[in-house]
Parts: sequence; structure tokens; C-alpha cells
Amino acid sequence: MKILVCISHVPDTTSKINFTDGDTKFDTNGVQFVINPNDEFGLTRAMWFKEKQGASVHVANVGGPETEPTLRKALAIGADEAIRVNTTATDGYSVAKQLAQVIKDGNYDLVIGGRESIDYNGGMVPGMIAKLTDSNFVNNCIGLEIEGNDATAIREIDGGKETLKTSLPLVIGGQKGLVEESDLRIPNMRGIMQARSKPLHVKDPIEAQAETQTTQFEKPAPRGAVKLVDNVEDLINLLHNEAKVI
Amino acid sequence: MSVVVYTESEGGKFKKIAQEAVSYAKGIADMMGTTVTAVAVNGNNTDELGNYGASKVLEVSDPKLDTFNAEAYADIVAQAAKEESAEVVVITSSANGKFMAPLVAVNLEAGYVPNVTELPKSTSPFTVKHSVYTNKAYSHTEIKTAVKVVGLAKNAYGVYENATSVEKSSFSPSINTGSVEVVSVDKATDKVTIADAEIVVSGGRGLKGPENWGLIEDLAEVLGAATACSKPVSDMGWRPHSEHVGQTGKPVASNLYIAIGISGAIQHLAGINASKVKVVINTDPEAPFFKAADYGIVGDAFEVVPQLTQKLKEFKAQNA
Repeated sequence: MKILVCISHVPDTTSKINFTDGDTKFDTNGVQFVINPNDEFGLTRAMWFKEKQGASVHVANVGGPETEPTLRKALAIGADEAIRVNTTATDGYSVAKQLAQVIKDGNYDLVIGGRESIDYNGGMVPGMIAKLTDSNFVNNCIGLEIEGNDATAIREIDGGKETLKTSLPLVIGGQKGLVEESDLRIPNMRGIMQARSKPLHVKDPIEAQAETQTTQFEKPAPRGAVKLVDNVEDLINLLHNEAKVI
Repeated sequence: MSVVVYTESEGGKFKKIAQEAVSYAKGIADMMGTTVTAVAVNGNNTDELGNYGASKVLEVSDPKLDTFNAEAYADIVAQAAKEESAEVVVITSSANGKFMAPLVAVNLEAGYVPNVTELPKSTSPFTVKHSVYTNKAYSHTEIKTAVKVVGLAKNAYGVYENATSVEKSSFSPSINTGSVEVVSVDKATDKVTIADAEIVVSGGRGLKGPENWGLIEDLAEVLGAATACSKPVSDMGWRPHSEHVGQTGKPVASNLYIAIGISGAIQHLAGINASKVKVVINTDPEAPFFKAADYGIVGDAFEVVPQLTQKLKEFKAQNA
């Protein structure tokens, strides 16, 4: 089985979000970039397939050279090869078109993306590549088993979960639950050394223009100070008469 | 030219987010001088959609569509958009909406922006405001394609009544359920879900153990609220993952969010920030949640929460 894990290079979850250039660009100053958490759950599940069932695992990212440390980290965790499509990731649709080309060229059976990236929260790339490559698609995937050409996936739904039967080629939008938090791997020294010599292919982009474009960022208005109350009667009173939510 | 809106229903009954989506679609249609066509899949009482501004409803009925199927639903919405020569397609950014919207966008070769919180600033260029960085910021984004797919954030725009006479039209698109098949559904039907809840009561490590969750559940019951928890609580297995809210868990956009014994890590706050009113109950006055909340009580959850539950019962009895 050939697996491609799509990796988004995103600011660490604890990052303070600021903008520069008249609020048109994300301020990377002092920001640590990581593998998008939803993608990391998927990558870890891919490692399980590799070790238990035999699979080759490639990782791909659309971005400039600054995203390579994130791909190297994925290699250190255990991916076999990495592909970087050498263009700036602008909108989800154009990223999906680039990745769809990678998938067509590489004949992958299973493509694992994250439910959403924690920067743009677009949540659109897995679905779009499924449609562009005519693959089956399961989003919010919290469990995945592959048996030959058949797949059983568990999807989180509002208030529960559902079990789905489908087949390869398959694209999933993964999230926590695909593996547990405690299953995530911190690259060890051996992995990091090996990652240095694993292939990282830099691929020229295809022509795919952005269909949406950020014109300006904005931070939420600063909120007023918390109103501290001493007793529950006052709280109920405020929620009823002031906030009008009960 | 029209605005097509997908209206989500469950068991035939339209969800509140469907009312909100139609209200929003009507807002866009007014800006563009056009009308709203709603797409309803196995929905009962589609006249209701006229209350919020739909002037036409395309009704699709097929038992094959009783369970949500992203491919089939997306295909239906895309066919409706083509039939109506829609310039804008509105789909709620719910879990199912986010599942199907990317498929609709590719089908229509349309630019797509999810988590939109307001009406477009202008419709030419078509620029929308949407939350990014998990509610830590907003982006104003121009959609440049001829057809635009707008994913509407939950509980941001609001529901507006706008009585309109509805023309109902039976719509028989080709139904392609693809090869993803639901085998079983495991869902608590008696509990309000985090996605649908107006009020969410959430517990953190301050509760000290799963055996104390009765505090959260009792309070939730009085309020008709959904229960949720912080990440450490789900990681320790005190509560199921499906209750974990925050950046890597479920998003919350309720009217009221009550955090009990949750310190307020930045990832947690990001995930619940779209909620309108936040209340924190915590022993530690320095807990970061106090900086993000509207109302707070510095106190021990084990004392405060039972009192709150009791007083709310009395309040509900008086105001029933």
C-alpha cells in the first residue's frame, strides 16, 4: 500500500497571532512552526500501517523552503520520502490542485490529510483532492482499518460516531482519535539522523491560480474585563437580565 | 442568478442552523438584488423556510438520503446551483457542511471560504469575513470565481424572520451515493449535542476525577445544556474524546459556555471563543480563563456548582 500524508506547516498551538504589513501578512517573528496537529494524528496512523501491515509512507507539503524542517520532522518520525511542491500555499483550492497532481503522479492508495489546519481552518483540502482525484472520502475520521482494497472508517458525528465501509483509493480528513494523543511520537536521535539522508523531492508546481485571496487580517476586539461575582444568585441575575442567555 | 442555500435537517426537522443559513442567504440576496432558493433534502414542512426569506424551495425526497452521504448531498447541491444559475451557494460550517462543501466547490469550480461570520462587505468584489487561527483572528477574503461557496459559521449571523411566500418545487436530481456506505451509527439520541446546544457546561481537571462528573451533568440538565470537557480530561480518559472541546477537539459556538475547573489554556480558549457569553468558576483567581470570560466566580467548584444548580432549579421553577 502506498500512503501519502499531507502535511500542513502551521504555527504551534500556543502561538500568539499577530500580523504585519498593514495586517496583510502573518507575523512569523518568534513563532515556532510544527506539523499541523490533525495531520500528525494521521501520520502516526500511517506509521502503524507501515509497521503492522507493510506500507510505504510519503509526506507532501505545498510551500517554500522554510517548510522543509517540518517535512524533515515527519521523516524523522518515520515517513520514507517527502515531497515539497515549491510554491507559496495561497488558498485551499490551489493547494488541493497541487496535491492532486502529486497523488496522480505517485499512484497512492490512501491519502491522509487533517480535518483542518489550525491556521486557516479551511478544512477543504482533503475533500477537494478526493473530488479532484475521484477517490472516496471520509472526513472527521477517528478510526481507520484497511484490509486489502477495503476500508472501514469511523467518523465522528454530532453526538456520536458512525462506521463506514468504503474502498481504496481513499482520502481521509483525520483528527484526534485516529490515534491517541499518547501514541504520538517524538522523533529520536536515530530518526533525526536518518531523516537527513531520506529523499526530500522538490517538485515544480503546476499552474493553479488562487480562487480566494486574503485582503486583510483583523484581530478580535479586546474584550472587557471579567465581572467577578461573589455568589450564584448574582450570577443567575446577570445571565438572565444582562447577558440574556438564560 | 440567485443565492442557493443548503438547509440542514435531522429526522425531517430543520435545524436552527438551517434557519440561520436561510436568513444569511436572504441578506446576500438583498445585497445582490436577487432571491433565495433553498435546497431541502428529506425535510418536512419546507414552508417554514419562507419565514426566513426563501422564496423557492427545491425539495428532494429519497429514502437513500435518510443517512447523510457527503458525496450525494454535495452532488445535489451542485446540481441545484446549476439549475438555478446560482452565483452564491451558502452551506453552514457544521461538521456535515464542512464535509460536503469542498466537494460542491470543486464540482462548481468555485472558490470556497468557510467559517464566515458576517454578510459580505461588498459583493463586487465579493469579500467575506471569516474566522482563522481558530478564532484568534479574522481574515477578509475575496472570492474571485464566478460562483462562490460561502460556509457560514454557526451562531454568528443570527436568525432573522423575513416572511416570504414560498414556491415549492419538487427537484429530482441524479442521486449518486458513491461508494462510502454507512454500516452503523452510534449516537446518544436523548442528549443535546455540543454542536446543537445553546448552552454548554464544561469541566476540567479541577473536578479531580471522573466520579465527580455528576456536578457537571446536574448543572447541564437544569440548563438543557450539552456537557463538554477540556483536553487533559479526555486524554486521561475521564470523559470520551467526543466531549473534548478546544483547538484539536470540537469547536463550540454556543450562546453560553460555562467552564468549571478549567484553567483556560490558549488552545482551549481558541476552541470555545466563538461562544457568546463565557462564565468561569475556578479556585485560582490567576487562571487565564478569567481574562477571557464575561463572568466569573472565584471559588471551589464542589461548593459553587451544587449551589448554582439548586438556585437555577428555583429560578427555572419561578420563570417557567
